Amino acid sequence: MSAHHPAAPVGGKLFNLPVMICSVLIAAMVAVLFVRFIFGLGAVTNLNDGYPWGIWVVVDVVIGSAFACGGFSVAMLVYIFNRGHYHPLVRPALLASLFGYTLAGVGVLFDLGRWWNFWHILWPTYANPNSVMFEVAVCISAYVLVMWIEFSPVFMEQWGLKVQKQKLEKVLFVFIALGTLLPMMHQSSLGTMLVVMGPQVNPLWQTPIVPLLYLLSAIVIGYGVVLFESCVAASAYRRRIETHLLQPMAKVMLGVLAVFVLVRFGDLVVRGAFGHALSPSLEAFFFWLETACFAAPFLIVGTPVARRNPARLFVAGVAIMMGGILLRINGFLIGYDTGLGVDYGWNYFPSIAEMVVTIGMFAAEVLAYIVITRRFPVLAREGAAH
Amino acid sequence: MTTRRDFLRGCLAGGAAAATAALPETAAARDTLQRPPEGLGLLYDATLCVGCQACVAACKRANDNPAEFTAMDKLWDTPLDTSGHTFNLIKMYRNGTMETKDSELNGFSFMKTSCMHCADPSCVSACPVSSMQKDPVTGVVSYDPDACIGCRYCVAACPFGIPKYQYDSPTGKIGKCELCRHRHEDGHYSACAEVCPTGATLFGRTEDLLAEAKRRLALKPGDWTTVPRGRLPAEGETPEAAAKWKGPVDQAYQAQVGNYLQHVYGETEYGGTQVLKLSAVNFQKVGLPDLPPKSSAATSETIQHTLYGGLVMPIAVLAGLTWVARRNVVPDDEEKGGQS
Repeated sequence: MSAHHPAAPVGGKLFNLPVMICSVLIAAMVAVLFVRFIFGLGAVTNLNDGYPWGIWVVVDVVIGSAFACGGFSVAMLVYIFNRGHYHPLVRPALLASLFGYTLAGVGVLFDLGRWWNFWHILWPTYANPNSVMFEVAVCISAYVLVMWIEFSPVFMEQWGLKVQKQKLEKVLFVFIALGTLLPMMHQSSLGTMLVVMGPQVNPLWQTPIVPLLYLLSAIVIGYGVVLFESCVAASAYRRRIETHLLQPMAKVMLGVLAVFVLVRFGDLVVRGAFGHALSPSLEAFFFWLETACFAAPFLIVGTPVARRNPARLFVAGVAIMMGGILLRINGFLIGYDTGLGVDYGWNYFPSIAEMVVTIGMFAAEVLAYIVITRRFPVLAREGAAH
Repeated sequence: MTTRRDFLRGCLAGGAAAATAALPETAAARDTLQRPPEGLGLLYDATLCVGCQACVAACKRANDNPAEFTAMDKLWDTPLDTSGHTFNLIKMYRNGTMETKDSELNGFSFMKTSCMHCADPSCVSACPVSSMQKDPVTGVVSYDPDACIGCRYCVAACPFGIPKYQYDSPTGKIGKCELCRHRHEDGHYSACAEVCPTGATLFGRTEDLLAEAKRRLALKPGDWTTVPRGRLPAEGETPEAAAKWKGPVDQAYQAQVGNYLQHVYGETEYGGTQVLKLSAVNFQKVGLPDLPPKSSAATSETIQHTLYGGLVMPIAVLAGLTWVARRNVVPDDEEKGGQS
């Protein structure tokens, strides 16, 4: 890893337009949450007994945590597949993951109807090991802890804690291994959460291999998010785009994506569920929209030349993220039907207040990313790049 | 130097978990659970129901639930569906001129909506904090608000749409029928069966109820038969066992046999339910889903325990990952040493 570039704070002012916008969005979220905690979920959300889970669960937690897989996907590439030259991507990706997961964990509390009991899920006398959600909760909690440890050298560098940093780095491989295992476990289980809902979930998304689909897609989304983030960070901080790293990484991404698409369609054919994709229904429409998003990157960045074009890398990243959003929204909301359609009349579309909270959560992530990258050594030092 | 061998090693360690996710059918397979032999339940016979809603009112009283108003005058309880405050409701099927009772065409029919007390409940499997539990003897699916975190996974998981949440409260609970288990100690059985004037809702052991349901299906429609009301005594019940329950034992009367579909709903659905139903109108048309004999809880737990049973797989994968990571992690300070 001789080509390893030391990371450095970006520097610059903290009070600028993006920070102000994020602060306003976060303030709006806090206002909505105030009403939610005083008057209950019904006061601000459109949740109902036909759709007990809305965007606070599906977007903030299920999709939010998948978007936070950049750290996991890149760390796996660097440390497990020993592709050391991707090292400059690790810290920024890990940072985004850290906030993505930490906020997903906090976001769950907003949605829990009896939030003061939240600790029961980790308490042995209450825990139910048969529950998929129990496994997800334990793994996500552990992963947030592991990620803070993985990321702590950044703070130690900045605060001059050299001895502590050296000590930590001797055992860091353990946390890196854990940091690869835990997301594998809970990203797959986030998909398994659909299984117990049985035939209420459309056969296009209800399959015993749903854990594999969610895991593979989470890895792909991880790379997609890194493409997106790298382009946005380069543009916002007026830095050079790390095309020499993103180009081969995009190729790895396409490889995993190809496996995902094969498994996805193979499963539909083997289960005989493909017919549902050909019916004139809303579910079929969204299935093809999802498939189009996952297929698009092959057209956008399929060739090495195309992969050197930052605009194409950015669009491919966005397409993957859209595909990931749709796979999850389709399974949990569009393709979900309480009581298998014999129980008519349930509808759900998020309220403005629900959207304000979801947007506020993402604003909090962006704000934290800006503050940390400007003040702590996260992004590779400018000029050290090839 | 990155070698192909390193890469393959990574593939092995990293891919192990992913690969095994595709093989859920192994030793950890968990069969669909069956009803406990002494399990309690209800038999609802739609052809006997007159739609008086006495059971709805009795359920509200027994569970201390408030009235829900949907009419402008707010004079009486008019819930549109079961909810966090309404655990039992009689719904009505209507078709065409509605001339004939229990006729799918130009007729109408009633159907009771309340917890089915599944043999293998999805809500119990889903609940991360053991707030939903199935009693090993009575088989009653109970709810403990003091354990509940309000995640509403049970609401999403139940194929009958039974557990419901109280969205109108900052401290909302899940609401569902618990077969009046809080009244059993005083000798009271389910309030809905206690008050039912026609015996359309009958309380008893599910095995006895199933035998009674099959007896009715074997009769000729239109014939007269003796129909019990309230509680169905167990086959060969001793006076001591009968004394456990309050209320007159013999409330039977003569009723005409309904034009039943030859299916006891709940006998096999999802491994069976402890609440059974008889109807003359297609079950899907009166709001009961078409479910396979295998429960989704069994599928879900088979996948979970195959992947995580005894933590064998995670620990094995972790060991592999740790071994690989140890070789590949280079502390920042030692990087000049020409590692790559």
